[in-house]
Amino acid sequence: MSADIPKIRIRGLCKEFGAKQVLDGVDLDVASGTSLVVIGGSGSGKSVLLRCILGLIEPDAGTIEIDGQDILSQPREAQGKTRARIGMLFQNGALFDSLPVWENICFGLLAQRKLLRGQARDAAGDFLAQVGLAPSVGDLLPNELSGGMQKRVALARAIAARPEIMFFDEPTTGLDPIMGAVIDGLIVDCVKRLGSTAIAITHDMVSARRIGDMAAMLFQGKIVWRGPATALMESGHPMVDQFIHGRRDGPIQMELRR
Amino acid sequence: MILDAVASVGRGSIGVCRVAGSIALFAATGVFHIFHPPFYGRMFLRALVEIAFFSLPVVALTAIFTGMVLALQSFTGFSRFSAESAVANVVVLSVTRELGPVLAGLMVAGRVGAAMAAEIGTMRVTDQIDALTTLSTNPMKYLVAPRLLAGTIALPLLVVVADILGVLGGFIVATLKLGFNPATYLKNTLDFVQTDDVVSGLVKAAVFGFIITLMGCYQGYRSSGGAEGVGAATTASVVAASILILAFDYILTEMFFAR
Ligand SMILES: Nc1ncnc2c1ncn2[C@@H]1O[C@H](COP(=O)(O)OP(=O)(O)O)[C@@H](O)[C@H]1O
Ligand SMILES: [Mg+2]
Repeated sequence: MSADIPKIRIRGLCKEFGAKQVLDGVDLDVASGTSLVVIGGSGSGKSVLLRCILGLIEPDAGTIEIDGQDILSQPREAQGKTRARIGMLFQNGALFDSLPVWENICFGLLAQRKLLRGQARDAAGDFLAQVGLAPSVGDLLPNELSGGMQKRVALARAIAARPEIMFFDEPTTGLDPIMGAVIDGLIVDCVKRLGSTAIAITHDMVSARRIGDMAAMLFQGKIVWRGPATALMESGHPMVDQFIHGRRDGPIQMELRR
Repeated sequence: MILDAVASVGRGSIGVCRVAGSIALFAATGVFHIFHPPFYGRMFLRALVEIAFFSLPVVALTAIFTGMVLALQSFTGFSRFSAESAVANVVVLSVTRELGPVLAGLMVAGRVGAAMAAEIGTMRVTDQIDALTTLSTNPMKYLVAPRLLAGTIALPLLVVVADILGVLGGFIVATLKLGFNPATYLKNTLDFVQTDDVVSGLVKAAVFGFIITLMGCYQGYRSSGGAEGVGAATTASVVAASILILAFDYILTEMFFAR
């Protein structure tokens, strides 16, 4: 793949729900093999952005290119193929609670017939090891696990098919700081090991600098700032400053009603 | 004033049409996926066991008591005209044509339809349905199609059992309490009942099974707004399935017998 074509290239992405314009012309590039963190207030449309790329929500306008191919104009079949190359870690894990952990982890591989059912139990053990869990965890059901373990299993499920692109939606929200650091570490390991391109959403500035090469801020449906993740703290951008320092006064006024 | 009323009636009817259309589309998509691979046999078997096997006790009890009550009621009614011998006739016709399928349908709607709406609704509000899509699995194929098929097959099986137990209930009351001769009662039953009666009941059951699973899946699939939304979906699935069962019971009866 040529280096100048970004892995993911989004132009003018718009999505409204009823009268609420959630995405209002988002432009975003993610270079191959790099990680981008997206920051922004609750309800600013960060999850909607990922869902549009994943095909879970149909955008109203705009283009989404992966490896230079506009996926929105592709036929359904090809869209499915492209999206099978994306791994997603959902905000609350979204583990299938009727299936044991091993079947959760190998679900995508079984669906794509890259694995036989008989081999899945053993294969799950390897994936569990990669996220620091014992193979015996494979036989438990998701609701028998702690929050941190659920996140690890969800991460194992997201990386099982060795995706070229990975999305992480608030991977550390709801975890204690130490578990958060552990999950961040695992994410960085997995992304580096697979050489994947990643987009991570977070509210947590420490986490943002740990995971991201680049950072972007989403506000009122647009990307208002982007730069290296290391520059987040001294961006000099009034909105980014207000957000990362959690100030009440500034250019961002929280919408309490809509 | 009048215009307001007309407008609200109009809005209401548009809403009803929209919902009916979206259910029809959902049903068509589900049926399409029943016939197009990949097939999820494991999910189908799970649903079949859940609907057919675990509903057996409820349906069996309902059927036995219904048969017993029918015998008793029709006996007190017919004895006024000295037509007691019609008891066997009434019991077997009512059970096979109407009460077997309708009561089994309503019981299963309460048990299975509600559970299905709750399960799929929970999967929806916790993003599990979206997770299926990201793991190369079509949720309509994986969650909905196997359940629709299982419901359509399971209900006729249950109704066969309900038919037998309903007649048995009538037989018990007629012979033990009302003093009928067992051999004559059985002979009357078998003489009266015709293949059409039983078959029409089983066709109804298949339709009801489809309706129950369709409403359970649809309401669950479309639920939103956390635990409260799932609760609402559960209730809606039972109410909608029950009403549709009664409505289709009339329509199907008309199609079968009002020629
Ligand atoms: N499927 C949907 N239907 C209607 N509104 C939605 C839907 N998904 C998200 N929204 C709305 O879009 C806005 C952004 O949501 P989201 O992307 O989840 O925010 P966040 O940035 O916290 O992830 C919210 O106001 C939410 O209510
Ligand atoms: Mg979100």
